[in-house]
Amino acid sequence: MFQIRVHGRGGQGVVTAAEMLSVAAFEEGRHAQAFPSFGSERTGAPVVAFCRISDKEIRLREPIMEPDAIIIQDPTLLHQIDVFAGLKPDGYVLLNSHHSIEALGLAELVHGRQAERFCTLPATELGLKHIGRPIPNVPLLAGFAALSGIIHLESVILAINERFSGKIAAGNIAAATEAYEQVQQQMKELANAKAD
Amino acid sequence: MLKQTEGSKAVAEAIALCRPEVICAYPISPQTHIVEALGEIVKSGELTPCEFINVESEFAAMSVAIGASAAGARSYTATASQGLLFMAEAVYNASGLGLPIVMTVANRAIGAPINIWNDHSDSLSQRDSGWMQLFAETNQEAVDLHIQAFRLAEELSMPIMVCMDGFILTHAFERVDIPEQAQVDAYLPPFEPRQVLDPAAPVSIGAMVGPEAFMEVRYLAHAKQMQAIERIPQLAAEFKEIFGRDSGGLLRSYCTEGADTIIIAMGSVLGTIKDTVDEMRAEGHKIGVLGIISYRPFPLEQVKAALINCRRFVVLEKSLAVGMGGIVATDVRMAVTGTGLKGYTAIAGLGGRPITKASLHKLFREAEAETLPPVTFLDLDWIAVDKQLAREKHTRRSGPVAENILHDKGIVSAKFG
Repeated sequence: MFQIRVHGRGGQGVVTAAEMLSVAAFEEGRHAQAFPSFGSERTGAPVVAFCRISDKEIRLREPIMEPDAIIIQDPTLLHQIDVFAGLKPDGYVLLNSHHSIEALGLAELVHGRQAERFCTLPATELGLKHIGRPIPNVPLLAGFAALSGIIHLESVILAINERFSGKIAAGNIAAATEAYEQVQQQMKELANAKAD
Repeated sequence: MLKQTEGSKAVAEAIALCRPEVICAYPISPQTHIVEALGEIVKSGELTPCEFINVESEFAAMSVAIGASAAGARSYTATASQGLLFMAEAVYNASGLGLPIVMTVANRAIGAPINIWNDHSDSLSQRDSGWMQLFAETNQEAVDLHIQAFRLAEELSMPIMVCMDGFILTHAFERVDIPEQAQVDAYLPPFEPRQVLDPAAPVSIGAMVGPEAFMEVRYLAHAKQMQAIERIPQLAAEFKEIFGRDSGGLLRSYCTEGADTIIIAMGSVLGTIKDTVDEMRAEGHKIGVLGIISYRPFPLEQVKAALINCRRFVVLEKSLAVGMGGIVATDVRMAVTGTGLKGYTAIAGLGGRPITKASLHKLFREAEAETLPPVTFLDLDWIAVDKQLAREKHTRRSGPVAENILHDKGIVSAKFG
């Protein structure tokens, strides 16, 4: 079972992200379970949502305390809560920021882990560019697909089309596609740097 | 059709497939998404004839359901927590009059302190109201139980609550097979009321009943629920024939063969319990699970038969009879009277406290070793409790309990439960 925790703030589509991730996994024939952290959600308040993906029926209902991957939709949360709590040693982190992991002062977090599993993506900018709104959730889902390979971009696009229609769907698909390519590019550069 | 969807939405679709003619509800978390989705379905014209009535309170919601049902309409409503309490008088009237209303309870704690999260205090507070209560383990089962509930309610002319864990199920996206309309139509015949307000054949419903007849009316309500004990497994079997899956029934055993210890619970926590039990079985522990689906009627004989070969059981329940202990546990102990089985009560998950595998592992091992006290409070923060008790001992004006505990605990936004 692969477990993902999504952190963000009320209004950024945190719960929607976990739900769409579960839809994408379902489209690939897998079992998936998404659920919010059940807080009284207010705009701007820290929000957490969870997604489990498995090849078997998922019966577990506890919150995800030891995630395989963490998606952070708002980098200002880094100063407020321990978003990385419980991350597995071989876990993935995708963070919404136009700064690099190192520039954000997170080098220590990566130390002793697989550096190619840590990535940042300017998802708010991609949301603004393609959808006209600073909503980072869909670009991050596509970025997560590129980073982890747990789901395919095509499945993210299916999930977008299930949730949105018309111009909003088209904008989200464009944002997702660019996000996917950006993360793939970053990973290629990292692999090349390693090879050198 | 197999879908990845929200529990609330799946239930709304299932309700629509049951062709209700009147839906009335007042929104309250975590029930809101169900009635919102139904409102949209009715407005779209997909479900006709059906009237969606926006009411001004939960009391009005149940009152409208009573009126509609008495007029011969298949009637549905949904609520939770304080909403259920607010409609309590009408809840008793619906069952007392024998009206087959189906109501979803999106289980949530009852205040004060105000709390929107899940436990079973709300529907269990209506335990003796005369409504049947069925508890869903998954969203698939929530869908299926609603279809079975309309059939059972109308057959017996008695109301049913279908209980699903608030947020944990209502707000969870998971795989659900939404039945075809033809399947539901084959299973659920049109509503044939036993009593109806019909100008062509006038009757009165709701007479004043004195000592000469009240006990008989009450006994007959009890007798109906005893009939339900026979009908529920039959209806689950018929359901399987048409829909192809096991759903519903009175109770469900899991890994109980050769089990010395059996864990008993209701609702979605059964999933986490089963995962824990699988891990313990792999380590050689003789442990199993008994899920109770039908809380009212309570299947005393069947519970006894399911437990008779174990040595001890733990009732893990999301409810507390303050001043007594367990609520479900009381019924289970009644079922095993005279068997000599050792029983433990574990109160867990009140007000949405997460029930984790780690805590269950510890609890179940203590039960196996028979070192558990008769009543345990899972993951209770004794430091916080003792601090408040000490405060009360030393200071007369010790202040409001909830505020004191919150103050002691500090900011918990860093927690993910």
